Amino acid sequence: MAVLFLVEVAAGKVKKASYEAASYAAQVATQLGTEAVGLALGTSDNAELAELGIYGAKKVVHANNADFDSFDAGAWAKAVSDAAASVGAKVVIIPQTLTGKAVAPRVAVRLNAGIISGAVSLPDADFVVKKTAFSGKAFAFMKITSDNKVIAFVPNSVGATKGSGSATVEASDIAPAASKVTVKDVKREGGNVAPLPEAELVVSAGRGMKGPENWGIIEDLANVLGATTACSRPVADVGWRPHHEHVGQTGVAIRPNLYIAIGISGAIQHLAGVNQSKVIVVINKDPEAPFFKAADYGIIGDAFEVVPKLTEAIKAFKASQG
Amino acid sequence: MKFLVCISLVPDTTTKISFVDNDTKFNTDKVQWILNPYDEWYALVRALELKEANGGTVTVVNVGGAANDATIRKALAIGADDAIRIDASGDLDSYAIASEIAAVAKSGGYDLVLLGKETISDNGSNVGGMVAELLDLPFISYASKLDVAGSTATIERDIEGGEEILSVDAPFVISCAKGMAEARIPNMKGIMAAKTKPLNVVTPQGTASLTTTVKYELPPAKSACKMISPDNVGELVQLLHNEAKVI
Ligand SMILES: Cc1cc2nc3c(=O)[nH]c(=O)nc-3n(C[C@H](O)[C@H](O)[C@H](O)COP(=O)(O)OP(=O)(O)OC[C@H]3O[C@@H](n4cnc5c(N)ncnc54)[C@H](O)[C@@H]3O)c2cc1C
Ligand SMILES: Nc1ncnc2c1ncn2[C@@H]1O[C@H](COP(=O)(O)O)[C@@H](O)[C@H]1O
Repeated sequence: MAVLFLVEVAAGKVKKASYEAASYAAQVATQLGTEAVGLALGTSDNAELAELGIYGAKKVVHANNADFDSFDAGAWAKAVSDAAASVGAKVVIIPQTLTGKAVAPRVAVRLNAGIISGAVSLPDADFVVKKTAFSGKAFAFMKITSDNKVIAFVPNSVGATKGSGSATVEASDIAPAASKVTVKDVKREGGNVAPLPEAELVVSAGRGMKGPENWGIIEDLANVLGATTACSRPVADVGWRPHHEHVGQTGVAIRPNLYIAIGISGAIQHLAGVNQSKVIVVINKDPEAPFFKAADYGIIGDAFEVVPKLTEAIKAFKASQG
Repeated sequence: MKFLVCISLVPDTTTKISFVDNDTKFNTDKVQWILNPYDEWYALVRALELKEANGGTVTVVNVGGAANDATIRKALAIGADDAIRIDASGDLDSYAIASEIAAVAKSGGYDLVLLGKETISDNGSNVGGMVAELLDLPFISYASKLDVAGSTATIERDIEGGEEILSVDAPFVISCAKGMAEARIPNMKGIMAAKTKPLNVVTPQGTASLTTTVKYELPPAKSACKMISPDNVGELVQLLHNEAKVI
């Protein structure tokens, strides 16, 4: 028996969401009186994978096969279900990154397992899991009735808990099934900052910015914070910002620790994608902007004056922290 | 090409969510149901564009009860050729829904099965991957561009922090996200035509769900927003550090 979790590696580094998966799986394993085992697909080095032990993994099975590096949902799902069978896992934990979202439902079908996706809690004693529903406007508590179970959790929801364990890394000869998909090109933007679904700090702006040429002050603020930038839908629709920055009901749903919304009115469809942020700061010149009702901290003022001042204040604060 | 577009019904995006029966059921009273935006705006419209360019047929499929028919007709008004409603009601989970869709997809011999990236009610992102696995087909998720030449498709899909460009031969299953098409509003001609287009009701095979919803909960109410003077942004920095502990 074991609880299996999926590990994702990007540019040689284990993704943050995978550390969280290790923590999640380790806690479920404790509940079930068993161990957490990770499955890593594709190239990465053993020392990096062994770090998963700090978050509770006992073992990481590593299929160090470059054919896995180019992602195919079908091939990955087969590898995960094969690994589940070989370690005797009835519960599989998958972080709901874009990769995880494509793999998890296929794994569930292969294992005849019910799936809870959008999980934001650990299972309770009856294996009931809290999950997001209605685009963050509510939560549902779901129970899996099948013997095998797949849980796909929302990154940043349960957190990665550090302990002092260590994981052994075991080579596996699981190979990808022949893929009918040919990856031709990968374009990545954004450099060092965390992609939106994983970001802990997000600076977001809307139509109040008047035009794309004014985004410099937004980027400056994001840079001093080490935050990822986002935007409202109309801003992406008219091409002021790339569409992957669009957050909300029809864009990316996020739950960072801090969401700073600048010149965004706070329409219900926008809130649906950001209302699970731990702390929301709203900067808007209209005291009646609905966003203030959903905010923790608010500044009524002109973004063009307030934002540069805030950037300076954070710079000064960071300097004082050393 | 034969396109099958999976359409789900969701509460209108402005719906205030509440629950009944001791928070075990979604309160559908006064709820206005709409086509799931991703299904309508992206999956359906892109299928129609490809059909208009290269020929073929566009069928929409929904798993649900007779109350859905009026909303399904909207998809016909936008331009789908025909509709299938798999007459299953009650609380079906994503596995039960996917099993029904897979059965219809298999017998219909479709080249492309298109879905939305997720329903805005369940946010599961499950049905597409499940249909693909049940049919043993490639699954391309979160696609933002889809072009087809002959039987080969070129697709752009969202990945963490960027995009991936890939090619794949039909048949395959694809889930559609923003960027793929522009929403279409049905015109009068479309609405009239929709009245006589076939909406075939088929009997479900009755695959059982593997999950149940025990109860629902609304998020805790936010406490009042703390206002800070625009002349004192330093105070905000201190609060974010000392009180909220996020920086
Ligand atoms: C089905 C559906 C789905 C949708 N999905 C989404 C979604 O996923 N995400 C999303 O964001 N929207 C979505 N929308 C659109 C949404 O309803 C709003 O129209 C949109 O969020 C408004 O964007 P905004 O706040 O940037 O612009 P506006 O509503 O125009 O607000 C601009 C704000 O900027 C403020 N402002 C102006 N100048 C300044 C200044 N100098 N300094 C400070 N503040 C200033 C104004 O007071 C105002 O509050 C959806 C709509 C529909 C119908
Ligand atoms: N009842 C349904 N009938 C037809 N298609 C559905 C149904 N439910 C979900 N889908 C499709 O599956 C996609 C993903 O749904 P979900 O897994 O619920 O996020 C949706 O965007 C639809 O295209």
